Amino acid sequence: MDHESIVTLTKGLTMAIGGMFPALAIGRLVAKAMEAIGRNPEASDKLFVPMLLGAAFAEAIAIYALVVVFTLK
Amino acid sequence: MKLKKISMELHIPTLAPETLFHIGKLPITNTIINTWLAIAIFFILGLVLRKRIHLKPSKIQNFAEFFLEKLLGYFDRVTGDRKKTMQFLPIVGSVFFFILLSNWLGLLPGTGSIKIGHNMLLRPANTDLNLTLAMALVAVISSHVFGLITVGVFTHLNKFIQIGAFLKSLTKGPVAIFTAVIELAVGVIEIVSEMAKVLSLSLRLFGNIFAGEVLISVLSSLVAVIVPAPFMLFELLVGLIQAAVFTILTLVYLTVMTAQPHGHEEKAH
Repeated sequence: MDHESIVTLTKGLTMAIGGMFPALAIGRLVAKAMEAIGRNPEASDKLFVPMLLGAAFAEAIAIYALVVVFTLK
Repeated sequence: MKLKKISMELHIPTLAPETLFHIGKLPITNTIINTWLAIAIFFILGLVLRKRIHLKPSKIQNFAEFFLEKLLGYFDRVTGDRKKTMQFLPIVGSVFFFILLSNWLGLLPGTGSIKIGHNMLLRPANTDLNLTLAMALVAVISSHVFGLITVGVFTHLNKFIQIGAFLKSLTKGPVAIFTAVIELAVGVIEIVSEMAKVLSLSLRLFGNIFAGEVLISVLSSLVAVIVPAPFMLFELLVGLIQAAVFTILTLVYLTVMTAQPHGHEEKAH
């Protein structure tokens, strides 16, 4: 394989693997939050900010993968 | 080869903002123009609001008060104390509105399509890592300054380099010394995590907004009409959420730094 195709492949793989797990994390996080709201609808106000924070931390990892992809040459 | 041709035709924004012209030696980039646009809007809004403050609020005052009250409600939930919220509001509130407006300004028509030479005139301000890094540095450093002022210099530094606990443990036998050595090492990790805070705050905002910009420009060069519209709606949401995340994280850092350290009294026994 030449350099260019390796880079293309690496970009694709970085994004695919680096997007997979944060997506799973955010999915689980929000599912749990929804479950909690379903059980106790009054708690939705209190849950919102911690849920957003957790989602932001999980999402940051996907963003790191994205930045790595942009810097690959 | 064919793929390469397509990607050449798509106009994907470069990682670094383009320099439009120089003032003296200072390069003026397209993100700087967008930043100052947001600042100018806030400046004018501030002047207009200041003139029209009455006990019986006018339309625009009502509008501003509504947002401020919403914001205070959210901030209270993080800080748990209205006094602290009011103390942090000037930093955190202005960061929120600035990020929100500059994210949304990037979605106006003309962004990326008006060009000077080869470069676009307007580009969303947060697609510049310099700006997000600067804001993240301000957030983290101000949290340390607030910490130094409110809990005292020695207590604050003791969160990182736990000399005080170490010196106290010397009189209490080997187990206490062992614990204190481990706490010293944890303090060093804590210092590293302060740098990670800056990195993750700045990269998160930059990455999200830049990714949105790339997404929209790729989509609108594939299909010009209708198709990009739902994605722009999604970007409106992302802009709001990222502004909220940045401010809430800043507020959390500020609150944690100004809180008295837990277990401080327990250890002294």
